[in-house]
Amino acid sequence: MSTAVADLATTTAAEAPRYWTRNRITGVVLVVAGLAAAAVFGALATDRDARFTLSEDAAGVALSVNGTVGAVIFGLIAAGAGGALFATAARRWYTLLLGLAIAAVVVSSLCWQVSSAPGDLNYMPLVDVARGTFNAALPLIFGALGGVLCERSGVINVAIEGQLLMGAFAGALVGTLAASAVAGLLAAAVAGLLISAVLAVFAIRYLVDQVVLGIVLNLFAVGLTGFLYERLMQQDAARYNEPVGFGVWRIPVLSEIPVIGPVLFEAHIFLYLALAAVVVIHIGLFHTRWGLRTRSVGEHPVAADTLGVRVRGTRYRNVLLAGVVAGTGGAYYTLFLVSQFTKNMIGGKGFIALAAMIFGRWSPTGALLAALFFGFADKLATYLGAIASPIPSQFLNMLPYLATILAVAGLVGRVRAPAADGKPYVQG
Amino acid sequence: MTTAPPEQSPAAEAGPGGAAGQDGPQVAAGQAFLPVFVRNLWSANTVTVSVLAIVLAMLFGGVLILVSDEEVLAAFGYFFAAPSAALTESWRAVSEAYANLFMGAILDPQQIRALAQGSGSWERVLQPISETLTYAAPLTLTGLAVALAFRGGLFNIGAQGQALLGAIAAGVLGFALGLPPVLHMLVALLGAALAGAVWGFVPGILKARTGAHEVITTIMLNYTAALFLAWLIVQRGIQDPNRTDAISKPVRRSSYLLDLPGSSLRANLGIVLAVLACAATAWLLNRSTFGFELRAIGSNPDAARTAGMGVARTYVLVMGISGALAGLGGASVVLGTEHTLTPQVIGQIGFNGILVALLGRARPWGVLLGGLLFGALQAGGNRMQSYAQTSVELVTVLQAMIVLFIAAPAFVKTIFQLRAARAARLETSVAKGW
Repeated sequence: MSTAVADLATTTAAEAPRYWTRNRITGVVLVVAGLAAAAVFGALATDRDARFTLSEDAAGVALSVNGTVGAVIFGLIAAGAGGALFATAARRWYTLLLGLAIAAVVVSSLCWQVSSAPGDLNYMPLVDVARGTFNAALPLIFGALGGVLCERSGVINVAIEGQLLMGAFAGALVGTLAASAVAGLLAAAVAGLLISAVLAVFAIRYLVDQVVLGIVLNLFAVGLTGFLYERLMQQDAARYNEPVGFGVWRIPVLSEIPVIGPVLFEAHIFLYLALAAVVVIHIGLFHTRWGLRTRSVGEHPVAADTLGVRVRGTRYRNVLLAGVVAGTGGAYYTLFLVSQFTKNMIGGKGFIALAAMIFGRWSPTGALLAALFFGFADKLATYLGAIASPIPSQFLNMLPYLATILAVAGLVGRVRAPAADGKPYVQG
Repeated sequence: MTTAPPEQSPAAEAGPGGAAGQDGPQVAAGQAFLPVFVRNLWSANTVTVSVLAIVLAMLFGGVLILVSDEEVLAAFGYFFAAPSAALTESWRAVSEAYANLFMGAILDPQQIRALAQGSGSWERVLQPISETLTYAAPLTLTGLAVALAFRGGLFNIGAQGQALLGAIAAGVLGFALGLPPVLHMLVALLGAALAGAVWGFVPGILKARTGAHEVITTIMLNYTAALFLAWLIVQRGIQDPNRTDAISKPVRRSSYLLDLPGSSLRANLGIVLAVLACAATAWLLNRSTFGFELRAIGSNPDAARTAGMGVARTYVLVMGISGALAGLGGASVVLGTEHTLTPQVIGQIGFNGILVALLGRARPWGVLLGGLLFGALQAGGNRMQSYAQTSVELVTVLQAMIVLFIAAPAFVKTIFQLRAARAARLETSVAKGW
């Protein structure tokens, strides 16, 4: 009898809506953060204007705001968003209000930073920042998409770094030997594919632990490209390491649009390839038969196999495709950004791409947004360094990693990998 | 009675031990030792697979040397005119590289000859071994860190970050404190172990409390640690005031790991520390209650939980101990050889530690052997670079390939047509998704 009552009590307790929902907790945190931003940044900001110019330098039209006023206003906006989040129980506002609050805190801190920059450096060139964001984000987009393709089918891809590096190397080598940027691009895709092929065979056929494989392949790529770089490229750079790069395409009318125009429509092939890849992979994954099969193989291979989906075949195809995408991203370094290969030039970007994939919840659009966010943090670090900001660039560069840790720990929403990710499939 | 199994000359070539592959009839129990031994030699056992993995990797490395050697390529240009020239040239390039690899890692016959003639010195003879041991020490320590976590079912990719924190603590304590010689060293080592433990504790507690996968969190913490070091090193009070580049003040002599007095050899107490750590880890794993729980949880956490073991507590603890070992690895570099902090001070010892742990199959003494092999490759690679003009990066390729093949015994088995081993102890699979 008493146990029945106790059961009843626990049931009702469990069913009663908790007061401290996720919205409320986040709302309180944001209100505190917003008020703190208003107070601290407002106090630190100077009375000068913070100018956000719509160009690549100090010239031209600018959005201008008094440093102190801006810092306080945007801090209050963040607090307001937090308050709204606290008041509404609706979950669908969560992401929007959270994003708004974080953006407002960032702008508030920028008002402080820009207004207290030394001399007449108190401006932030938005076009330059946006372009830098995309430049920093591009390899992350390619890498994260490679990760998404792989992991949605149930194969962990820690080898993104290696795929990018091999792509960069092959792009430089073949781009020089064939004196053709397109040949370099194709070679980069093939080089990424090669790393992927080893990953696929050893993971799917020989059932090697996929995280181990990824680490080994990264090391292999570092060693192989480093070795060939020292033996070939360093000896005779003109013959092996002066690739023909891609130029910038300017789309006539659209490139006249302020800010967006020069960033999106006065760009290079890699930007268009990346954005196209996001769209294609998104549609492919969620609206085609191939995507449904890929996802089913990644979530529940036994069920998929029962329904006649070829589990291993699907995985092979996806892993190889991932290599093509990531390898192409590697070529971005050698065929556009730097125009030559240097040793270990990816320098950990592959792992930020991995973080972007996880932070973007294993989805192409999420990966794009996460990559842009991380790219922005990267560009911001460079920009703040240029205006002699007291915020150390290293701490801004830590942001992607810390954000990902918070995400997987479930402190900012919960991310969940495909259920069969990393588990080899053995029939029978 | 003994009947030697008939030779059937299978496809297999002569093995590294000089034993030909034999495919005889079933050998009954109680028969002579030798035929049984030879038969088992060519099966997919731990030793054979390891040796063949090294052979395969070196073959691949040889091909790499050939395709990147201008003179060899030139000789192959007129291959049909003078095939012997091409082959001679190939042999020269590969043998020169590998001979230097050996001489840099183990023994240089020339130095022995010089010693016999009275013009050399023991120091020069022992120098390659000393280099090998110097490189092996930190790799063994980080390898142990990874191996210990492996056995508990955790994949600690974060040895790099933990070693970095250890290096930072050792470096800072090394120049900030003024203590008598041995005590200073011990304090710095202890600080390094603590710092590493803290960096390992974080993913442990996150895993135990929130279920965040340790592979993801440790990867992220590696780069966080690297950026932290990059920031710390240029701060006032840390940076060497006489330098403008990113380098810290040198640590005090009293904190150096003890080395052989009166010699120029680089070998130091680090390798002793590594062996002691091996013994301690072996005891912890195989003889202690904690080790038993650890292995039980590693093989089946659900069963261990049902049996009343504290899975979450063990996860946190093992990551802490693992981090401490990696931290000691970082300290052994700073206090043993570098004596200062730079952004690249520990190189890749954390990542290589993962490979060493796999090579040692997550067993403490196996890790020591793996660490010695990797140390030897590193030491030999340095000589290969300076004497044979073969980039030391070749060593990275060799290391990666060796571990790739060892992680895939089925692959080596197929390539060499090995027999199935009686006791299959080659499972290296650990992480089950994330």
